[in-house]
Amino acid sequence: MREERKLRDRIRALTDGLATALALLATIVVVAPLVAIFAYLVYKGASSLSLDFFIKIPKPVGELGGGMANAILGSAILLAVGSAIGVPVGIGGGIFLAEFGRGTRLANAIRFTADVLNGVPSIVMGIAVYSLIVIPQGHFSAFSGGVALGIMMIPTVCRTAEEMLLMVPNAVREAALALGVPNWRSVLAITVKTASPGIITGCMLAFARVAGETAPLIFTALGNQFWSASLNEPIAALPLQIYIYALSPSDDWHRLAWAGALVLIVLIVAAVSLVRYVASRGVLKGAS
Amino acid sequence: MGVGIEVANLNAWYGNNHALQDINLNIPANHATALIGPSGCGKSTFVRCLNRMHETNPVARATGTVRIGDLDIYKDCKPVKVRRRVGMVFQRPNPFPTMSIYDNVCAGLKLNGYDHRQALDEIVEKSLRNSALWDEVKDDLKKKSGASLSGGQQQRLCIARALAVDPEVLLMDEPCSALDPVSTSKIEDLIFQLKPQYTIVIVTHNMQQAARVAEKTGFFLNGRMVEFDTTHKIFTNPSDKRTEDYITGRFG
Repeated sequence: MREERKLRDRIRALTDGLATALALLATIVVVAPLVAIFAYLVYKGASSLSLDFFIKIPKPVGELGGGMANAILGSAILLAVGSAIGVPVGIGGGIFLAEFGRGTRLANAIRFTADVLNGVPSIVMGIAVYSLIVIPQGHFSAFSGGVALGIMMIPTVCRTAEEMLLMVPNAVREAALALGVPNWRSVLAITVKTASPGIITGCMLAFARVAGETAPLIFTALGNQFWSASLNEPIAALPLQIYIYALSPSDDWHRLAWAGALVLIVLIVAAVSLVRYVASRGVLKGAS
Repeated sequence: MGVGIEVANLNAWYGNNHALQDINLNIPANHATALIGPSGCGKSTFVRCLNRMHETNPVARATGTVRIGDLDIYKDCKPVKVRRRVGMVFQRPNPFPTMSIYDNVCAGLKLNGYDHRQALDEIVEKSLRNSALWDEVKDDLKKKSGASLSGGQQQRLCIARALAVDPEVLLMDEPCSALDPVSTSKIEDLIFQLKPQYTIVIVTHNMQQAARVAEKTGFFLNGRMVEFDTTHKIFTNPSDKRTEDYITGRFG
């Protein structure tokens, strides 16, 4: 009896150790590529970083040096336009799906469309915006690039907002309604507020994803070797600049491309962290 | 001040399930009325019909007349107006998790557009004192979330939140079923203090609780109200055999 129990204890301890080791291994497998990519970027790109990179625009072909200042500004403008479209439309759609349209045919149709849109290749999105905006306007523009990024953000923002709103307990909705608060107000002031940390995460995911997109910009923002902050003209973007430089035959441009990739990642992480910090400042002690 | 509630021919459904059948009763003003009965007998559905929360369920429907004071709540007005006059406390404490204690208490006022700051301060203090929570939270009003309190404190916070909109009726749907005995006795004391100003309807599974706090008691069974009388009569000399069987523990 006692022997048998001892054996069972040992098997249990062994299983426990094995399961913990497997979980640890899985974590390493998930994190390793991220660490590896970042380390390689630092190794390849850090040496080419200089003040010039952040304050100068690309030099003409044949000249050494130059930077990507215009591409950093361009990416910021494109992402601002994209977020201005993708975040409100996406959150609005998510609120409709979770709070007002639950179970209706329209909601099911919207959810299906959002999922399909999420699967559309980004180059197709670029071509779609090309024919919808660029051709009628007759020129490439920062605006059309921002629209392409914005449309790509919508499904991610919309579906995460819906999921997060559905996680808000019904008891919280009932509490608001039982106080005589109108439904629309309860949704905005209580339900959305309760779900806001998750909704912000969804927005940041979408933002980080489109920040690195090149394909939808090729037919829309086009790229620009000079300063431009106009929504009506072609504009530079970090991913586009990296793409062009990486495919070029010049070693100097290759180095700048590596530096650009490093800067892009750091800027995305910085933007996401900043939003998280700002969003977390108002959170109270013990809030769940 | 509390007002009386007159219920006539109230029927309620969830889809095809006829959950309440021909309920008629008069709930007296400024008293506590307890509703008892086995699970699924319609007590909760009944109180949810008194503030039109029943119809927030998409498949639910109700017919009949409910008069709260001089207001026929299914005929004269919108649900929002009814719910401002009829406060509700739920089975599980449900404070707003992202709001401070202070904001939880004045949520009903603020969300209805009332923002006179000094008046809000006074109302918050008064409501928290009325719900016997003031001394425990007065130092953390705006620092702590409503969700950081213990279960019993959360329930008293929910009572304060309901009182802050100055209702005439307070509905309590098993307010102590998720609480320990100490918190339960605090809430029962509270019901005694609140009675002179509010009409209280309390659903409970605990028959001792009904006997302790309520002047009148109604016994529900299978969607019907079997008996409604003074609490003393219900527990000592019920007229219906089924009531007697239930309170003596022969079923349910």
